[in-house]
Amino acid sequence: MSSDVLLRVTGLIKSFGANEVLRGIDLEVRRGERVAILGASGSGKSTFLRCLNFMEMPSAGRIELDGRLLGSERRPGERTYREAELTGVRQRVGMVFQQFNLFPHMTAVGNVMEGLRTVRRLSKADARARAERELARVGLADKAAQYPAHLSGGQKQRVAIARALAMDPEMLLFDEPTSALDPELVGEVLGVIRSLADEGRTMLLVTHELGFAYHVATRVIFLADGAIHESGTPDEVLKHPRQERTRAFLARHKEFSL
Amino acid sequence: MYRWDFSPVVANADLLVAGLLNTLKITGTALVFGVALGLVLALLRLSQQRLASWPAGFVIEVFRTTPPLVQLFWFFFALPLIVGIEMTPFMAAAVTFSIQSAAFFAEVFRAGIVSIERGQWEGARAIGMTRSQTLQRIVLPQAVKRMIPAFMERAIELMKTTTLVATISYADLLFAANEIAQKTFRPLETFTVVALIYFVVIFAVSLIARQIERRLAVSGESTVH
Repeated sequence: MSSDVLLRVTGLIKSFGANEVLRGIDLEVRRGERVAILGASGSGKSTFLRCLNFMEMPSAGRIELDGRLLGSERRPGERTYREAELTGVRQRVGMVFQQFNLFPHMTAVGNVMEGLRTVRRLSKADARARAERELARVGLADKAAQYPAHLSGGQKQRVAIARALAMDPEMLLFDEPTSALDPELVGEVLGVIRSLADEGRTMLLVTHELGFAYHVATRVIFLADGAIHESGTPDEVLKHPRQERTRAFLARHKEFSL
Repeated sequence: MYRWDFSPVVANADLLVAGLLNTLKITGTALVFGVALGLVLALLRLSQQRLASWPAGFVIEVFRTTPPLVQLFWFFFALPLIVGIEMTPFMAAAVTFSIQSAAFFAEVFRAGIVSIERGQWEGARAIGMTRSQTLQRIVLPQAVKRMIPAFMERAIELMKTTTLVATISYADLLFAANEIAQKTFRPLETFTVVALIYFVVIFAVSLIARQIERRLAVSGESTVH
């Protein structure tokens, strides 16, 4: 069953012990949408993103991917997820991390090949050909044989993006992809993400790059205290915020811009 | 002045060679089984299932906290009485030192595995790899590299500890030395030669280990920028 809505989240709650980080989030993402998620640190924006590909297990709530409800209900309100289902979901929902999480004992092309080999079971030659295409797409064809230790932060993050793309995900999650980078390296990574946006890919992006969110996102949501505080078009949320907290957040971020 | 005379020892070189081979045999056996069983114990202990982690932890702690000589006597003298299987000295020694070194290797493996950053697990999970694929392809290859020094330390310790098998009449190098010393009345020369043999073998092994470590260190990853 294929519908326009790729992802539907209903009543998502996540607690760590007694600390409730997400307090019931509802969100629908249509194919081709690009959602920027903003919020102060501790607002739960990373946790929210990480629940969507089950890096964190939701405490409660429902996640539907392409019309299919994930997990099964063992007790009322409590869903359990089998590993086989989650590995399938994670192939369809790619993720790019703040800290890249490249495998240091593998070359750039080895990193991109890994999922193709062990998860997709492609032959070595096919995996390599595909991996080299993905590296070329992020502008790193000439770095295929380098180990991560010999790459700059921006190059590492582009390899990580290539690694995610190689799995043909239907949706990409970016968790502060430029926050660990030196300022002069941010541009090359944003450039790659922008080119993916231009291809019409569905993506959710947690970021502090407000300008990038304004130009690339189709929708912006502002998270505060584990709930969606404001959401709308980039123009509505970033230029004409209605909520006081959104305004205060934006003011803090613009304080030092020229 | 004591007059050193090594010729009686040299005349019994065949006994020393046979003893050395037996020492290597028991050390090698205990290493192979110890590493394999150690990995299993480490994975069980790291498991979230208490039914798996608790017994593994129990075995590890028992064998780490009891003297190896007691363990050896227990397997050689006590176990046959309980289960009714007669143990040859080699079998008893192989079982004892395999489990005993497994207990230590389990801790080496565990420390190596938990030293790998959580991000490595997440990076692998995010492309759809299972837990066991991640362990095999991502975590263990990196962990093993970090484990080599501790691993070598244990292997050397193990080879020295195997001298205890002489007490249950397994003809290892020390057992051969005892025999030669009694036969020739030249204990000084005999044990000097035997000490030298242990030194040469273990020192050679540690040199090789250092080489391996160095070679692994240059292969890209360990170069920190």
